[in-house]
Amino acid sequence: MSIKAEHEIHQRRKGRNVGVGMMLGGFVVLILALTFVKITGGDFEMPRIEEGQ
Amino acid sequence: MTDISYQPQQQETEASLGDYFALMKPRVMQLVVFTALVGLLAAPISVHPVIGFASILFVAIGAGASGALNMWWDADIDGVMTRTAKRPVPAGKVTADEAKVLGFALSGLSVMMLALSANLLAAALLAFTIFFYVVIYSMWLKRWTPQNIVIGGAAGAFPPVIGWVIATGSMSVEAWLMFALIFMWTPPHFWALALFMKEDYHNAGVPMLTVTHGRKSTRAHVLAYTVPLALLAVGTAFTSIGGPVYLAVAVVLNALFLKGAYDIWCRNEVQAEADGYKVEKSFFRLSLWYLFAHFGAILAEALLPAAWGIWA
Repeated sequence: MSIKAEHEIHQRRKGRNVGVGMMLGGFVVLILALTFVKITGGDFEMPRIEEGQ
Repeated sequence: MTDISYQPQQQETEASLGDYFALMKPRVMQLVVFTALVGLLAAPISVHPVIGFASILFVAIGAGASGALNMWWDADIDGVMTRTAKRPVPAGKVTADEAKVLGFALSGLSVMMLALSANLLAAALLAFTIFFYVVIYSMWLKRWTPQNIVIGGAAGAFPPVIGWVIATGSMSVEAWLMFALIFMWTPPHFWALALFMKEDYHNAGVPMLTVTHGRKSTRAHVLAYTVPLALLAVGTAFTSIGGPVYLAVAVVLNALFLKGAYDIWCRNEVQAEADGYKVEKSFFRLSLWYLFAHFGAILAEALLPAAWGIWA
């Protein structure tokens, strides 16, 4: 049988874990958006090579 | 599920997410975000909103990291001063080591990410700002010289320059004008605070001007710094980041600020004690609005093309 210690400390830990999870999720989304903007904005455009060269 | 790790005594040291957030000095972060955003938007080159948002976020994280490192280093004196005794480290919510680790980790992350989102110069400036605030101000100047606030104020003055550099990739006179505005504003702002937080700095052994040179000299210093600040603030109206809106705001606020500084200079401790430092407290409150309104006006000038047209 499991022991369930319903304590304020568990709520605090849960809140902290959920908060950190959301921040990490937000960070991933932000990096994704930054990557998309940088690539479509031409920041990483390869130099053009003229035909015949 | 079994929970053998449950120990009631841990409750004292188990910090919440809010406690870690408080380590980052959220009120200072607000000012950093606002002034950096104004620097970014006042710049002549526009930035993609996603890049702008991410870059300002990384600047805010860098500022928060330096706040956490400051709380790690100053935990001993923070516990002595009434104003700072409730901060997470002296209050026993977060350990000094946790503050140090968080500060170093976020410093590295913010600088690295700003280099990727904006440019290397902006990242280098952010790294220098963190270094300046933590090493030059917190570790060295704060406990050594009464000029701590004057020189240390530079750390708080860098965000608009970083904002400008995020947009342009280079520095210019306008960016340094915004720097100078915060740099000159910091001493009278903190000396007014030191005048009415009477015993705090003395008890902590921090050599604030009130402790080393006395309160009469501090009052004179407030006025002495407010005069050039007012000249600089009004003069900025006639540069490319200024304009009629900024001029109107600057004239009104600097007249009030000069009046407040003059009143502080005219008073002595007996008068101040009698009315509970009313003039000093109202000057301090005004100083908060002062900076916000000046940068708000610079932002208004940047966002109102019509104003540019009339002024040009």
